[in-house]
Amino acid sequence: MAILIDEKTRVLVQGITGREGRARTRLMKGYGTNVVAGVTPGKGGQEVEAVPVFDSVYEAVEKVGEIDASAIFVPAPLVKAAALEAIDAGIKLLLLVPDRVPIHDVLEIAAHAERKGAKFIGPNTLGVLSPGKAVLGMIGGRPETAKAWFRQGDIGVSSRSGGITSAISYYLSRAGFGLSTIVHVGGDAVVGLPHPDIMLLFQEDPQTKMMVMFGEIGTTQEERVAELVEQGKITKPIVAFIGGKAAKEGTRFSHAGAIVEGGRGSYASKVERLKKAGVYIADALMEIPKVVGEVRKKHGLD
Amino acid sequence: MARLYEYQGKEILKDVGIKVPEGRVVESPEEAAKAAEELGGEVVLKIQVWLKGRAEMGGVKFASSPDQAKEMAASLLGKKFKNFVVEKLLVERKLNIKEELFAGIVIDDYEKKPLVVFSAIGGTGIEEIAKEHPEAILKHHVDVLEGFPEYRARGLLSKMGFKGKLLVKLSSTLSKLYQAFRKYDARSAEINPLVITEEGDVYAADTHITVDDYAVYRHPELGIEIAREFDRPPTELEKIAYKVEENDYRGTFYFFQMVEKPNPDENYIGFHGAGGGGSMMSMDAVLNRGFKIANFTDTSGNPPASKVYRAAKIILSQPGIIGYFASGSGVASQEQFNSARGLVKAFMEEQIEIPAVLRLGGNYEEKAIEILQTFSKFIPAEIEGYGRDDSPEFCADRLKELVENGGRKVHRVRPMEEFTPPENAYSFKTLTGAVYIDHSLCVKCQAKPCVDACTYGVLKFEDGKPVLAISEEEAAKGKCTECLACELACFLEGSKAIKIHLPIPGLKEYREKLSKEG
Repeated sequence: MAILIDEKTRVLVQGITGREGRARTRLMKGYGTNVVAGVTPGKGGQEVEAVPVFDSVYEAVEKVGEIDASAIFVPAPLVKAAALEAIDAGIKLLLLVPDRVPIHDVLEIAAHAERKGAKFIGPNTLGVLSPGKAVLGMIGGRPETAKAWFRQGDIGVSSRSGGITSAISYYLSRAGFGLSTIVHVGGDAVVGLPHPDIMLLFQEDPQTKMMVMFGEIGTTQEERVAELVEQGKITKPIVAFIGGKAAKEGTRFSHAGAIVEGGRGSYASKVERLKKAGVYIADALMEIPKVVGEVRKKHGLD
Repeated sequence: MARLYEYQGKEILKDVGIKVPEGRVVESPEEAAKAAEELGGEVVLKIQVWLKGRAEMGGVKFASSPDQAKEMAASLLGKKFKNFVVEKLLVERKLNIKEELFAGIVIDDYEKKPLVVFSAIGGTGIEEIAKEHPEAILKHHVDVLEGFPEYRARGLLSKMGFKGKLLVKLSSTLSKLYQAFRKYDARSAEINPLVITEEGDVYAADTHITVDDYAVYRHPELGIEIAREFDRPPTELEKIAYKVEENDYRGTFYFFQMVEKPNPDENYIGFHGAGGGGSMMSMDAVLNRGFKIANFTDTSGNPPASKVYRAAKIILSQPGIIGYFASGSGVASQEQFNSARGLVKAFMEEQIEIPAVLRLGGNYEEKAIEILQTFSKFIPAEIEGYGRDDSPEFCADRLKELVENGGRKVHRVRPMEEFTPPENAYSFKTLTGAVYIDHSLCVKCQAKPCVDACTYGVLKFEDGKPVLAISEEEAAKGKCTECLACELACFLEGSKAIKIHLPIPGLKEYREKLSKEG
């Protein structure tokens, strides 16, 4: 098992002929991902890494058959159009890689996805990697490094920072632990699948025995994970590390924002809330493998 | 989140048809007097700064005559409120306030929908009211594909007890506020207080609007200088850095100054992170070792070498720093040789003398560290490169030792030389700069490393001289990724014939000004 992606997932790459699209198609193919088609309007008929390129998502679906997931590597202002096309063509999982996608575009993507029963990861994400199976996006950079850095196993990793997704996963692997799937949920304020959604997927995944979560200040994702734990919807142990301890609390310009978050969102509030719910807290990134070791012992996971 | 001034916010509200008090923006006491005269009667003068609670800090004053308005304007203009010097005042006709309400729209990250917030009680105490009487606050999620029509607002407000003409006016205002929120890509838009006057009219007496940083490019009419949230006006160097970011969509470059002029006695270093989480962790490591950071910089998202180069040049435009620290998560997916090449080009040009510790762990880290080692002999300073198995704490310790063992040198900012392309050079444009190749030197070159170094296949040999293998147009549109590999290879093994010019508008003038100020 694993979540979101495995070696069977049929993947489309939108923006496949661009600098990033090409480089990451090489990574995905080399790692074992089942990349079945690419799209760049106007460049249909070409091939990238032996993957056929089409002018539209509709044409790709027609020619290669059903597509499960699309990784989108187009410039930020074009992400909305690419995503809506993929949703309209019936693709149920999107990965929005680019940074700086306007937040109102994300709201529109979300509304269309909801209507069509599609899900999206990101924007501003490195992607998802299920060790030994497949990678969607750009985690690991190259097949050689991605294979060397991440060991297969039973820990699910979810992170709001791309670099930290890889760092946690690498340091866990180096300490002898293995990973089921690692997910960079995306660095933006609104993301398609935030921590709570990912934690619920891990909860249902038979391969995953425990989770590691990297949170950050701002938004209420971590607090909602705490709620799910308290409600008994998540029972597998979670180790969390929250970044941004040193960042001073920003003075808020908006009353409405403060009304909505109601005192949530700060470093202290997140740590306190998670601890109260029974989530294990690591105080430093480099301590995560140690804390994971202790938690595994306590829960009899080895 | 880019903040708008009150007067800008009110222009937006006017644009969508929400009533705002008649007013003028003024920059001198004389203009204030003239405005008061034109408006007639009692006026209010409000400082235009990005601060909440301006009335409590004395930034809002009432005047009943043009003379009084002039006097008050003189006392407010040029005065400092927290980090802001007042440059503009908004002079408005005073409203006959009967009631104060609150209307706002924010984005609910969890529902992924705009959230309309409305309260029958407004003013500065709104957050407390929300805490104590959450039932008194209307909260309504909007489906962006449906929008927020007036009839829906009417339905919601009539449930709160509003009736008749007032209901119609309030519903219209709320629906229009939503239009403004969508039209201007707002992160938040609020009217507080939303005033009902004695005459029964509905006015936006004050407004706060923040615009999504990522959508500022769609709104040149707003004149936003830097699309970031600041609690002070941006510094000159920040403006220069932002231009770099604005003109190059590849990867991300963020530059924020903690101090404008680092005191050389206070252990300030130039800080160059990569990625949000990794930067924070690395910042903690240096702060915990007694360093202060002069700036916070983040280059990430696989930026080209040219962007990292410009970031380093800008960081090194800060006199008084005693070290340079670059570190990210340590296990980056981005191609780290780009960062290495950008850094060494900048360090060689600047001939830096302060030590630099560069933790470039992750994809291609071996290559990145090799580049640092190879070129360190052309740089006076001590340069050390590290990878994913070296912790930020270890690297921060190394920087501390290098600073102490090196006699604690203080960085001096050099004047920038005007770039003069070699005469009769072969040249082509790149996305943000230009490549010049002096073919008269290529003739004597034995090694000819440039074409091999260009892994993107941009260069080829013609009669033994490197020329474009693609069209000029393709090179200028980004096919040449500005990876700097050809220039560095030519410098090292060739005849130093290749020069890549990557301009940073305003930096030369900024440095000249620095040196004049001593």
